[in-house]
Amino acid sequence: MNRRDLISGLSLGAGGLLLGGCDRLNADPNVRKILVGAEGLHLRSQRLLASGLAREYRRDQMSPVFRTNGNTRPASVDWQAHAATNFVDWRLVVDGLVAKPLNLSLRDLGAFPQRAQITRHDCVEGWSAIGKWQGPLLGDLLKAADLSDRVRYIVFHCADTFGSRPYYESIDLYDAFHPQTIMALLMNDRRLPIGHGAPIRLRVERHLGYKHAKFVMRVEARERIDNLYQGQGGYWEDAAGYQWYAGI
Amino acid sequence: MPESEPSTMLESSPGPGDLVKRHRLSTRLWHWLNVVTLAVMMMSGLMIFNAHPRLYWGQYGANADPAWFEIGSSRTTGFVQAGPLRVETTGVLGHWTDQDGNIQRHAFPYWITIPSRYNLADARLWHLAFAWVLGVSLLAYMAVSLVNRHFKRDLTISRAEIRTAHVWADIKDHARLRFPTGAAAMRYNILQKLAYASVLFVMLPLIIFTGLALSPAMDSGWQWLLDIFGGRQSARSLHFIAMVALLGFFVVHIAMVVLAGPINELRSMISGYYRLPGKPPEPVIEEGVR
Repeated sequence: MNRRDLISGLSLGAGGLLLGGCDRLNADPNVRKILVGAEGLHLRSQRLLASGLAREYRRDQMSPVFRTNGNTRPASVDWQAHAATNFVDWRLVVDGLVAKPLNLSLRDLGAFPQRAQITRHDCVEGWSAIGKWQGPLLGDLLKAADLSDRVRYIVFHCADTFGSRPYYESIDLYDAFHPQTIMALLMNDRRLPIGHGAPIRLRVERHLGYKHAKFVMRVEARERIDNLYQGQGGYWEDAAGYQWYAGI
Repeated sequence: MPESEPSTMLESSPGPGDLVKRHRLSTRLWHWLNVVTLAVMMMSGLMIFNAHPRLYWGQYGANADPAWFEIGSSRTTGFVQAGPLRVETTGVLGHWTDQDGNIQRHAFPYWITIPSRYNLADARLWHLAFAWVLGVSLLAYMAVSLVNRHFKRDLTISRAEIRTAHVWADIKDHARLRFPTGAAAMRYNILQKLAYASVLFVMLPLIIFTGLALSPAMDSGWQWLLDIFGGRQSARSLHFIAMVALLGFFVVHIAMVVLAGPINELRSMISGYYRLPGKPPEPVIEEGVR
């Protein structure tokens, strides 16, 4: 073996190590623990720096086409029966650790003070779309239900499923009571379209798209989320390892 | 003349062949940390790009909106489209064969992404954790380099240096691969200063702030991010362009290191010591001694 062979052998080996090494590190539980640990830094630093409102846009800044993604039509028989009758008998359940569980029709939800906002929706994949959303503040619904002091999380149970797994999401009270966090009944001044989560979806501005649960059937106040489904606080968090804190 | 004079003179003006201290510890640490950080950031960033391989200008941008840059594929080919220009890249970008022999139509191939198989969630874990390393180490390095006067001593550009004639002469020297020898090699020349300063003060801050502009929470706290970059999708485009610029710097940097003597350059960035290039002067032999 001459020097040239040695050098090329070493550099090939180093290249191979680097390629395989990255994947091996990616699978290492200790490495993952450190990487996942950055989520706490993101949350704490952004809570410190970004306590205000998300940018609201002008009408002429709205996307001409607001694409759909994720599930665009739940397979649930129950939901489809409601869709067929224009959601007249549909009710939003607000329950869990509350003193006064609620059962709200679309008319009831429309009777709460409404907030309209033109905001940007940022998908975790990288694209953005700007649309107008209107509905009651989530905070008002929660106040009406009278949360227990033990409540730390609000969970959104949805009608759509991936295979047999229902979609769900959760946020903490900081985001639940934010003045731009609404349960949207209208999109771009019309009834929320099926593809965007009819009859009601969460808008939790300052978070990536997957937090904005569509087809919401039930809002549940909980003390813990680690004992729900796979314990990560949402469908994508459980299924694919997306981070629960989605401000970044 | 006192006897000690010659050695003092040697120390104050070293010549070709002398081993001199060239890089401080802080510079060497930051340099090698950057090698790891920037590699991880770029490779995980390319995987994130794969999730939506299109770039836009403005506040919004999604599939129905016009993209100024796209890496895409047809059934049998991969291509890169930039404005009206389309280049076929089958085998490398947009349409390539993975480690198991399967055709994949993601933008960037497995050998350049972290992780190697399509996984947006994992790529985000790496990218967003190392973003902290990049940002914090840059801030720390800037603070240290202000205190130890590295910026002032090594990066200050004098009026004479920035004159067109001087810059042009330096460009010609570089193009002819005529590198400075002796004591002149201890100082950064004007092209080196400009390259180093543009990385430190333009490219890295640009890539960090455009990255922050991609965070919906940061956009609410620091709304000026949206204003200075012209919207989140413009920031995403600039983030990508800054990456290409840093990659360009890396390529030129490696080329210059190889041309200027890789062993000596590597040693200077590891131990800090650099052997000044050029032929050492012939020893002067006094006639009387002979």
